Amino acid sequence: MASASDCISQTGPGLKERNYFGFSDCSSVDRSTVSSAHLESKNNMNMKATELRLGLPGSQSPERDSDFSLLNSVKLDEKPLFPLAPSKDRICTLSQKTVASGNKRGFDDTVDGFSESKTTNFSEGNWMFNATGSDPGQAKLAGNVISIRPSGTQLAIKSEVPAKTLQESTNKIIGTNTANAPAAKAQVVGWPPIRSFRKNSLVTTSKTNDEVDGKPGPGALFVKVSMDGAPYLRKVDLRMYSAYKELSSALEKMFSCFTIGQCGPQGAPTRKMLSESKLRDLLHGSEYVLTYEDKDGDWMLVGDVPWEMFIASCKKLKIMKGSDAIGLGSSSYQVLLHFKAKKSLMYPCFVWDLAVYQCFYKESFRPDYGSDVPECFVLMSDISFICLLAFSCVFLECLLRLRLYLLFILNLDFLVEAQ
Amino acid sequence: MCLSQSVMNYFPEEVLEHVFDFVTSHRDRNAVSLVCKSWYNVEKFSREKVFIGNCYAVNPERLIARFPRLRSLSLKGKPHFADFNLMPHDWGGHVYPWIEAMSKSRINLEELRLKRMVVSDESLELLAKSFPNFKSLVLVTCEGYTTDGLAAIASNCKFLRELDLQENEVDDRKGHWLSCFPESCTSLVSLNFSCLKGEVNVAALERLVARCRNLRSLRLNHAVPLEVLQKILVHAPQLNDLGTGSFTHDPNSETYVKLKNAMKNCHSIRSFSGFLDVNGRCLPAVYPICASLTALNLSYAPGIFSNELAKLIRHCKKIERLWILDTIGDKGLGVVANTCKELQELRVFPSDPYGVGNAAVTEEGLVAISAGCPKLNSILYFCQQMTNAALITVAKNCPNFIRFRLCTLNPIVPDAATNQPLDEGFGAIVQSCKGLTRLSVSGLLTDQVFLYIGMYAERLEMLSIAFAGDSDKGMLYVLNGCKKLKKLEIRDSPFGNMALLSDMGKYETMRSLWMSSCQVTLGACKTLAEKMPRLNVEIISENEGGAGEGEASLDDRDRVEKMYLYRTLVGPRTDAPDFVRTL
Repeated sequence: MASASDCISQTGPGLKERNYFGFSDCSSVDRSTVSSAHLESKNNMNMKATELRLGLPGSQSPERDSDFSLLNSVKLDEKPLFPLAPSKDRICTLSQKTVASGNKRGFDDTVDGFSESKTTNFSEGNWMFNATGSDPGQAKLAGNVISIRPSGTQLAIKSEVPAKTLQESTNKIIGTNTANAPAAKAQVVGWPPIRSFRKNSLVTTSKTNDEVDGKPGPGALFVKVSMDGAPYLRKVDLRMYSAYKELSSALEKMFSCFTIGQCGPQGAPTRKMLSESKLRDLLHGSEYVLTYEDKDGDWMLVGDVPWEMFIASCKKLKIMKGSDAIGLGSSSYQVLLHFKAKKSLMYPCFVWDLAVYQCFYKESFRPDYGSDVPECFVLMSDISFICLLAFSCVFLECLLRLRLYLLFILNLDFLVEAQ
Repeated sequence: MCLSQSVMNYFPEEVLEHVFDFVTSHRDRNAVSLVCKSWYNVEKFSREKVFIGNCYAVNPERLIARFPRLRSLSLKGKPHFADFNLMPHDWGGHVYPWIEAMSKSRINLEELRLKRMVVSDESLELLAKSFPNFKSLVLVTCEGYTTDGLAAIASNCKFLRELDLQENEVDDRKGHWLSCFPESCTSLVSLNFSCLKGEVNVAALERLVARCRNLRSLRLNHAVPLEVLQKILVHAPQLNDLGTGSFTHDPNSETYVKLKNAMKNCHSIRSFSGFLDVNGRCLPAVYPICASLTALNLSYAPGIFSNELAKLIRHCKKIERLWILDTIGDKGLGVVANTCKELQELRVFPSDPYGVGNAAVTEEGLVAISAGCPKLNSILYFCQQMTNAALITVAKNCPNFIRFRLCTLNPIVPDAATNQPLDEGFGAIVQSCKGLTRLSVSGLLTDQVFLYIGMYAERLEMLSIAFAGDSDKGMLYVLNGCKKLKKLEIRDSPFGNMALLSDMGKYETMRSLWMSSCQVTLGACKTLAEKMPRLNVEIISENEGGAGEGEASLDDRDRVEKMYLYRTLVGPRTDAPDFVRTL
């Protein structure tokens, strides 16, 4: 298969193509040939139609649908997969045998997986990344967890591509730049042509329904969906779907325009279409995960909680690169997110310990080494005490979340509750 | 001529007047007045209804001089594209001068219908106080007034029969304008305040409904809850046209049961709209009236799921006019096609104009409708994608289209199956539908489609073009071909000076031309304005404030961003704001 980037780069001189993620390039090849054929028919159009096709609704090649329907029927029974380099081994142990052939969105499988994953509830509070950054025991987790936060890279891409998009779209019509389209989104002023009264009435209806909390029923629940690397956001109505699968397939269709496939991930690609482990392998190569921001402002992995609960608490969706997420195994990532999501006792414990240390240890309980002991020993003893405190926090947390730690350390999948 | 004139002179004028009373259409009456002087005079003094399509084409004084006995006036102000934020706010279209002039001349105004005009509270107050027999006020897509103006109307118009506010932008001062209807007011026949955003005095509303026994049409706003609706229906089972406000309630409650019973009693409801805030589980209350409905407007209710919509529509077998959101989906449109065999007008609005959930409709829905509804003659369809094949099929199935407006959510999307432009599809439509008077095209289009339009669309009166065409030839085809063209509006298309200046006389046969983001230069507009003194060529600048500086820097070779030209009898208008320059 020709590499996706080559195919796409032929299609438009003025357009800087990006390989957004490692997906199959079957569909991307189709798309690119379609678009180049189209281009030839219009000399003065630099990918405008294609550009807009890529960006705006309804612009997907028909071949996609058949593939999606096949894959959507697969049920993943387990936790989501986060295909990140350091955790390759771990993911392999999570029973991935074969590799999917192309045409699959990473996050789609992910979301499928979510629908079956556990519904562990944690009573703890927020995982405070910054605070635990200094904690060596947590450093790895924390550092990686911090990187889950939406990066600034998206903004850079956003500003570049939309300018081009708009340029292309208006080049067809006028040589000048129109002041019409706002920069952040590839939309045109006054299009589609509906009266502002009607537009406003739709907006207010969706807004009032967003405030309806947890009740099934009326109105649309629109949430923004952003994707790393996409120039503009989309909105989906969560009430249109009744399960994670439907949501994932819809998101897939919506963002298919941004996907440029790659060959399936490394590993043994047998061509069984319906193997769930194969999907996991694909995820392993394909790097995109679906997360959402809940009411508390935390970014959670989609698929953990029952659908109804998800709708009630979801404020925003984000399709982010797996590499932005931590470099650990999928289950561990999920563990982390669970930690993150629930209020954690770790931070208060640590603060308490530190306070204890400050007040008591330093003054009263420090062993008196005598004046001939070098300063560094004293320092080391302080440090070791701090470490002891820290580990005691960890241990406390472990006691409280023993099950997940076993999972984390030993990869005992059976401990994961099916959702 | 002389012979017929002398023959007709045997008839006294009263007889002529009586005969002319049967001539109701504006165009026919215009024709009548051209026959001879006596007919002109008789017609002049007997004309009661006047329609003015562009309020700046004449001025009030001329109107009053021409038709001194007028009783009903319809005015339209801004051009159509002003609905879509393409026109700056204060462009114009004020109704106050008209009301003032008519008030001074003691016109016995009874009815005023305005569309896309700016109505102020002062004008409403003047209206209310100057015309004692005022009966009917219909405002469509107007703006600029508050509920204080409505209060003035309510309190002063003793014989008010119709107060119809459709999609206006009203500043709701939360006053009690409804309570301003005096207790003696029992003449209301039609009341529509669905566009108001604020609370209304529901007690006053109930009393009003109870005492107006002739009330036939009532449309509530979203602040009126279900309980009140139920009580109103009990008071007024004779309603023909009902627009609900909020329609959410616990389906198990007593109120809901009462509502169901009240609905069962309303045998005359033929038109239903509203659902401004709806819970799908309350819909079954409406089923009893569905069987006799001829008009149904669910386009403000995005919360109804497709299957609930389908269930509702299965009950509505006699529907002739259906306005709906694209949440209905292609499958739902299939249900419509199977059920609504009397359907004449269908409008499918986008529920999520910038997104693409699963809700949007495609060409399949349109084809299904055309196959199932043979009487379809008017359609407005917002869809995600379209194909030439589908349009050709639609053209074959429904040759009776009068209005065909297709809007793809992506303005230049090509044929979804073949990636070709949609020229052939629209060509088939204009070729097959001989009676087409209004057409809006969208999607990827080249000059070819305009060739078809010019060739086949002989009766076309209004054409809307956006992001279409390749060169001036497209516009030329249209201007040369469509003899009856009255309104042409173009945006973001590569038509330039050559097309604009090729047939300047044509514009006097048209009501107006709008061109925005095209290739027309200032020099060409100036030339046109010079050669055609009976046209107002207005250049509208983007920046509303400092248009002076912007104008100075514009040179004849610069492109004009927005141009609006219209024929007029009274020269450049006097109320143009700074950013509008009439050449």
